[in-house]
Amino acid sequence: MEIKRLTKNFGNPESWTLAAYEKTGGYQMVKKAFAMDPEAIIELVKQSGLRGRGGAGFPTGMKWGFVPKQSDKPKYLCVNADESEPGTFKDRYLLEHDPHALVEGIIISCWAVGIRYAYIYIRGEFGLPYYRIEAAVKEAYEKGYLGSNLNGKGFDLDVTVHRGAGAYICGEETGLIESLEGKKGQPRLKPPFPAVVGVFGCPTVVNNVETIQSIPWIIEHGAEEYRKAGTEKSPGTKLFSVSGHVKRPGVYEIPLGLPCKTLVHDLCGGIIDGKRQKANIVGGSSVPILTGEEADNVDLDYESLAAAGTMLGSGGMIVMDEDTCMVWALAVLLKFYAHESCGQCTPCREGTGWIRNLVYRLEAGDGKREDLDKLLSITGNMMGTTICVLADAAAMPTESFIKKFRAEFEAHVGAGRCPIRGKSAHFLAHAH
Amino acid sequence: MQPYAKPNLDIAGREACHVESMGHSVAFSDASMERFRHLLTRYPNKQAALLPTLWMAQQEFGWISTEVIEYVSELLELPPSHVYGVVSFYTMYYRKPMGKYHIQLCTNLSCMLMGGSTVLDALQEKLGIGLGETTADGMFSLDEVECLAACEMAPCCQMNDEYHGPLTPESVGRFVDELRARGK
Ligand SMILES: Cc1cc2nc3c(=O)[nH]c(=O)nc-3n(C[C@H](O)[C@H](O)[C@H](O)COP(=O)(O)O)c2cc1C
Ligand code: SF4
Ligand code: FES
Repeated sequence: MEIKRLTKNFGNPESWTLAAYEKTGGYQMVKKAFAMDPEAIIELVKQSGLRGRGGAGFPTGMKWGFVPKQSDKPKYLCVNADESEPGTFKDRYLLEHDPHALVEGIIISCWAVGIRYAYIYIRGEFGLPYYRIEAAVKEAYEKGYLGSNLNGKGFDLDVTVHRGAGAYICGEETGLIESLEGKKGQPRLKPPFPAVVGVFGCPTVVNNVETIQSIPWIIEHGAEEYRKAGTEKSPGTKLFSVSGHVKRPGVYEIPLGLPCKTLVHDLCGGIIDGKRQKANIVGGSSVPILTGEEADNVDLDYESLAAAGTMLGSGGMIVMDEDTCMVWALAVLLKFYAHESCGQCTPCREGTGWIRNLVYRLEAGDGKREDLDKLLSITGNMMGTTICVLADAAAMPTESFIKKFRAEFEAHVGAGRCPIRGKSAHFLAHAH
Repeated sequence: MQPYAKPNLDIAGREACHVESMGHSVAFSDASMERFRHLLTRYPNKQAALLPTLWMAQQEFGWISTEVIEYVSELLELPPSHVYGVVSFYTMYYRKPMGKYHIQLCTNLSCMLMGGSTVLDALQEKLGIGLGETTADGMFSLDEVECLAACEMAPCCQMNDEYHGPLTPESVGRFVDELRARGK
């Protein structure tokens, strides 16, 4: 059920060191890539069908193809290691267990796209992953894998690890770019797209850690082999991080298209205490929620999840059992979005606060029946009206919670308390 | 901090961002200055070195005061208002002195599903402080944070730069005792 490509070195002794990485064939793919024409590498990545693993699922080879071939300005790579989507923790595993695979992926990607400088933008909270990737970059410099004239024909590459400082919005690619430039991480209007005008006004590729870490495997085994896992339109493997009410939470690398049921009930051992799965957020907190039944009947690939009305997102799966109050769960999530809105678009800055407060009020049993319509009216006005999709990321789950669990919301109205938890969630007293 | 913000109150919970003063000027040590100069070589302009410079400043001075903002803005030739804006945007730059051990409990969904609020209650009771506060002896500060990307160890917390979890109301009490012993 699991297919270990990116996770194959997990659990090896000191897997994060250069010595351990080289022992398993590490950095051999750099040599192979240097012997290839950069164009051919981009073509290979296109053939593999690899799609961005950061959330949006955009085809990676195509993204690379948008970067101008000739440019008087240097080109940049930003590796998105901001990993802050609630429920997502796969990049942390990759950084902790196999940081050299990321460095190797960076070298190959930069060679393919003609990139001179790469930054690894890592979320500020990460301690161990930060030390591990810093150490890996240092070792790679010392061994001559990074620096100048890497292929003997004048290819130079510098890699710098750059720490964020606690802001979810810096995971959004243009927020990340602004932050890297030493500013508040407020997303930019697109177009222009980063491929043309990115960091420091130069052509820039932004890719997720897992995306870049897939590149050495593709170089080694080829596109056809890559496609042997996964489905026609969603090829390859994907790391899912599963948490919530499952017996064995953790990171699982599975072929895309695996039934969600297999992941939840077999790999993760099912629901704690043999309870029923009431709901499942399959792709990180920003995607619409599924009922347990829907989740048990869906396959984990981009197309099947879209058909089921949700998204694969980052693969951060949050499982909830039968005792979970859905109004409470939504309140917890909306606390997050209201806190993380960067504040530059009115529908998002105000909207996230309004819907949070309405759901707090409903959760406490003080809501009114018309609050549900009010909520849906606000979310309707938040979607598609803002600079980035954080507003949608708050609005879409809200709509899906109400649609799928409306009766539960109505049961709170006038009850004066939560009918499931019996009391109001007093932790919200501390919410800011 | 209200039970739940009533819709006619300040709905987004916005607060003016207050930065405290240390009451004396600051300057990097020679070793930090060396690191700072190296930092500048990693970016095409000075402004881009702002986040890492603030990290260094926080490490050396403990927190980001008005004096630190002024110092950093001089080093990087940026307007202090720009530095202030950046400091206030990110949650990890401290604008007041913090306890020796900064405990940040995750209150996002996976942690809450696994009993995070009971851990939060236990922590507050054990430390005798609320969220956003520091104990009188300067030993502990307590905050809540959003998802730490460690949901497999829910409910979890960050203590300085280490992650701990899964926590229970009992284990967190022992944890505090250990830190207290270590800190003395
Ligand atoms: C609000 C928001 C937060 C995001 N957070 C992350 C993140 O933490 N990590 C990430 O890789 N992508 C994140 N993304 C997606 C990025 O904008 C971008 O699509 C991605 O890094 C591109 O890389 P990929 O093509 O390899 O997936 C976020 C997007 C939005 C709108
Ligand atoms: S949608 Fe929200 S987070 Fe995105 S740019 Fe606008 S205010 Fe900022
Ligand atoms: S929800 Fe607490 S670490 Fe993710």
